[in-house]
Amino acid sequence: MKPAAFDYLRAESVDEVLEGLSNEGGNARVLAGGQSLMAMLNMRLAKPKLLIDIMRLKELNRIEEQAGVVTIGASVRQAALLAWPELARTLPLLALALPWVGHVQTRSRGTICGSLAHADPSAEMPLALIALGGQVHLRSARRRRRLAASEFFLGMMATARAEDELIEAVSFPAQGGSRCAFREVARRHGDFAIVACVAVATPNGVRFAVGGVADIPMARDWPRLDGSALDDALNGFAYELGARNDVHATARYRRDLVRIIGRDLVREVLQ
Amino acid sequence: MTRLRADSRHPIRFKLNGRPVEGEAEPRMLLSDFLRHQIGATGTHVGCEHGVCGACTVVIDGMLARSCLTLAAQVDGCEIRTVEGLAPSADRLGILQRAFRRNHALQCGFCTAGILMSLDHYLRRHPAPSETDVRDLLSGHLCRCTGYTPIINAALQAAAELATAIEEKPDV
Repeated sequence: MKPAAFDYLRAESVDEVLEGLSNEGGNARVLAGGQSLMAMLNMRLAKPKLLIDIMRLKELNRIEEQAGVVTIGASVRQAALLAWPELARTLPLLALALPWVGHVQTRSRGTICGSLAHADPSAEMPLALIALGGQVHLRSARRRRRLAASEFFLGMMATARAEDELIEAVSFPAQGGSRCAFREVARRHGDFAIVACVAVATPNGVRFAVGGVADIPMARDWPRLDGSALDDALNGFAYELGARNDVHATARYRRDLVRIIGRDLVREVLQ
Repeated sequence: MTRLRADSRHPIRFKLNGRPVEGEAEPRMLLSDFLRHQIGATGTHVGCEHGVCGACTVVIDGMLARSCLTLAAQVDGCEIRTVEGLAPSADRLGILQRAFRRNHALQCGFCTAGILMSLDHYLRRHPAPSETDVRDLLSGHLCRCTGYTPIINAALQAAAELATAIEEKPDV
């Protein structure tokens, strides 16, 4: 339970980070809050040769709201976003979901972008990114690009980030007052979600997203549904998610949660 | 740029409970191990070493943190508080610690150092917590002895006492 040996680089500029990533490729990992990566290192599930610490880079520690988009830099901690006074107005979904990310003791260190980079299927931030249709800002020494949430997550703990790319920031479209709801079922508060669901009202109806069931968070856009039409849509989606049995819950229990929580949340936001 | 080589030890300096300390660490050394083995501050306990159990919780620059998910190299120049800093003097316990003793909020004591750090940090900022608040805070810690109820009682009693008492100063 101790990490394998690595070099440690405390970056003083983004260019140093990009240089390190470009020189060392897959042998380098970016260290932000460390709340996922350090555990992976301790268990030797990851054995990078170089860790690049980005937490002293002030330029990555920004939360900006511009033209209806909220951009959150790579070194912004979860606790800092939760304490941002504009959060409840601009991104009420994150205000609801962030208290479910780990515990007070880990949110104080963990970052939003780190949670996305880790891409745990049951994590709340990837779910919120999918539900709101956000973008991941990637940067390497050779290019900058933005990927939509639906393109970024490829599978369980797998993303479209290339080995030389830094997740520089993530952006969420501000919700502009659209109603949203979040609910999660876990054995204890702060544990990994057995099922986590989000509903967000859209101009034509509702977007419903589920984490913790498939390998990546999945979303569906539906018109205003009610009664048996809603039940049918939820039932269909529950099966499409391909739930599996594991030590925490059976596949059937997960489908049940999707149907029951889904009905509540969709009704709540369409009221 | 500061690049610390994997195969050598590097000087690490920080403030521990207000006093400057220093030691040497390879880049991969965890803060929990650095505190215990290099500094000799064994009050911080090491449980699961992957951030789940909370036994190693300390305060880094005013933030609660798992010292097992932090590298010693990351805290160079930081201010760290550990359980050794809670008592007003070597032969006296603080208000929170006394409440723990009174309520039998520890049995084996393995998880206690981390729980005390979380509660101390929280109560300083939230002087009138509800039982729900305390339970939520404690969800970041595992205790296998007490069943948590005595810990919650101790936390609420300490909060009430702290609200009325003037913070105890070290004896001069």
